[in-house]
Amino acid sequence: MTPLLSVQGITKRYGAHIGCADVSFDLYPGEVMGIVGESGSGKSTLLNCMAGHLTPDAGEVVFDTRAEGPRDTVRMSEPERRMLSRTDWAFVHQHARDGLRMGVSAGGNVGERLMAVGARRYGDIRDKASDWLERVEIDAARIDDRPTTFSGGMQQRLQIARNLVTGPRLVFMDEPTGGLDVSVQARLLDLLRGLVRDMGLSAIIVTHDLAVVRLLADRLMVMKSGHVVEAGLTDQVLDDPQHAYSQLLVSSVLQV
Amino acid sequence: MIDLSNVSKTFNLHNQGGAVIEVLSNVSLSVAAGECVALTGASGAGKSTLMRMIYGNYLTHSGEIRIGGVDLVQAEPRDVITLRREVLGYVSQFLRVVPRVPTLEVVAEPLRALGASVETAEARARALLSQLNISEPLWHLSPTTFSGGEQQRVNIARRFAHAYPAMLLDEPTASLDAANRDVVLTLIEEAKARGAAIIGIFHDEAARRRVCDREIDVSRFATGMAA
Ligand SMILES: Nc1ncnc2c1ncn2[C@@H]1O[C@H](COP(=O)(O)OP(=O)(O)OP(=O)(O)O)[C@@H](O)[C@H]1O
Ligand SMILES: Nc1ncnc2c1ncn2[C@@H]1O[C@H](COP(=O)(O)OP(=O)(O)OP(=O)(O)O)[C@@H](O)[C@H]1O
Ligand SMILES: [Mg+2]
Ligand SMILES: [Mg+2]
Repeated sequence: MTPLLSVQGITKRYGAHIGCADVSFDLYPGEVMGIVGESGSGKSTLLNCMAGHLTPDAGEVVFDTRAEGPRDTVRMSEPERRMLSRTDWAFVHQHARDGLRMGVSAGGNVGERLMAVGARRYGDIRDKASDWLERVEIDAARIDDRPTTFSGGMQQRLQIARNLVTGPRLVFMDEPTGGLDVSVQARLLDLLRGLVRDMGLSAIIVTHDLAVVRLLADRLMVMKSGHVVEAGLTDQVLDDPQHAYSQLLVSSVLQV
Repeated sequence: MIDLSNVSKTFNLHNQGGAVIEVLSNVSLSVAAGECVALTGASGAGKSTLMRMIYGNYLTHSGEIRIGGVDLVQAEPRDVITLRREVLGYVSQFLRVVPRVPTLEVVAEPLRALGASVETAEARARALLSQLNISEPLWHLSPTTFSGGEQQRVNIARRFAHAYPAMLLDEPTASLDAANRDVVLTLIEEAKARGAAIIGIFHDEAARRRVCDREIDVSRFATGMAA
């Protein structure tokens, strides 16, 4: 099977400082990979390199495109990459306001992404937007309200609807449940799991929350100082960590 | 169906003064289709550790763990995930679930993951939950607030929804009353009859005698004592 995403030797420096160094892995269709590690370990840097928000200093990010098969997205043209990020990729930001347009209605936020891939008929767009609001458990009656009138958890669900409406194949998530209270997190996790299963999505999820990765991710990568120190099946890395740093990370939380 | 050869396990606790715990060495064993084998041995002998290695939950550095043709020691994570979805079922000692998900969905989930429709998966889930005496009003609640015995029965229902060719059961009858214990043992007998290869840990002697064809004392793989 061809990997959906094949990351080879990704390195990103900020001047003399290392953001992430020599990261390689393959992600297959339907797989969810978690990335954990202490603050500053390079998780967001790596995610942004993969999603095309940052240009790595070295390495390849090969994505299995629908039309032309595996392509190195680091070296493709900016318009091509932008098209991918509107269609096959989705990016869920930690802060919903970074991923939403706060001055536009909820329906507009979802519809905008549809229009970016060519949808034109107002009625279809509105129907689809309202369908997606319901799928993320937002009352469709709120379709004309702005996200500023939504709670944090609702904003996060709206961001997810906006991202998934175009049927992406790969979702990047940076701390998607950070800043939400525990019961709202649980609901979001359940929602994400259902969507991943029903849509056959692949996802890469950055989080500091080991309970979140245990429930969502099939595979786990542990990062420290820009390097991947351990990778494997999620439950294996959490229950039988091999590296000193992973052992410390797992033992410093109460129970996951 | 399940074949282990020369499997060993050592824990290196880097942050506890570099302690090295040698638990098992040179384990070799085979379990055929339709057979149920009990792991025995004193507390701390390594029964659960061995079972977790066979599930791929604990890492194995050397030797082979073959399940239906796949060597878990060499397998990539995605091969282990596929194996767990289709071939290898594990009833752990404790239920772990996504909060807020209703019991019916928790039990239906392994079948859903195999592509069954919601209707098919939930019909099977209902049948198992009734068989295991989980009362119907509880089906629509999350099992996180259930009693220990109820959680254990949900855990068992979930793993018996799909007819796995290989199963690992870590104390499936602990903390169950006689009636429910009987239901679980019957499920195990049915799984054997359809050809499942089963490895179980049963502290209950009578349960072991009823469903197990033979016993393997894990203490004989204790390090230093290996022949
Ligand atoms: N734009 C930047 N300029 C300079 N250094 C940066 C920049 N962005 C990140 N860094 C540095 O790169 C390293 C990795 O940062 P990154 O944001 O990837 O960490 P992280 O693992 O996502 O941390 P957190 O969990 O706190 O979000 C850090 O030492 C950080 O200070
Ligand atoms: N993740 C782990 N990290 C470090 N040591 C471990 C780990 N898991 C098990 N051990 C150690 O391995 C040994 C065997 O434990 P195990 O749980 O396999 O015993 P058991 O035979 O199942 O006992 P019981 O009958 O009490 O359940 C113990 O010394 C235990 O502390
Ligand atoms: Mg970050
Ligand atoms: Mg045990």
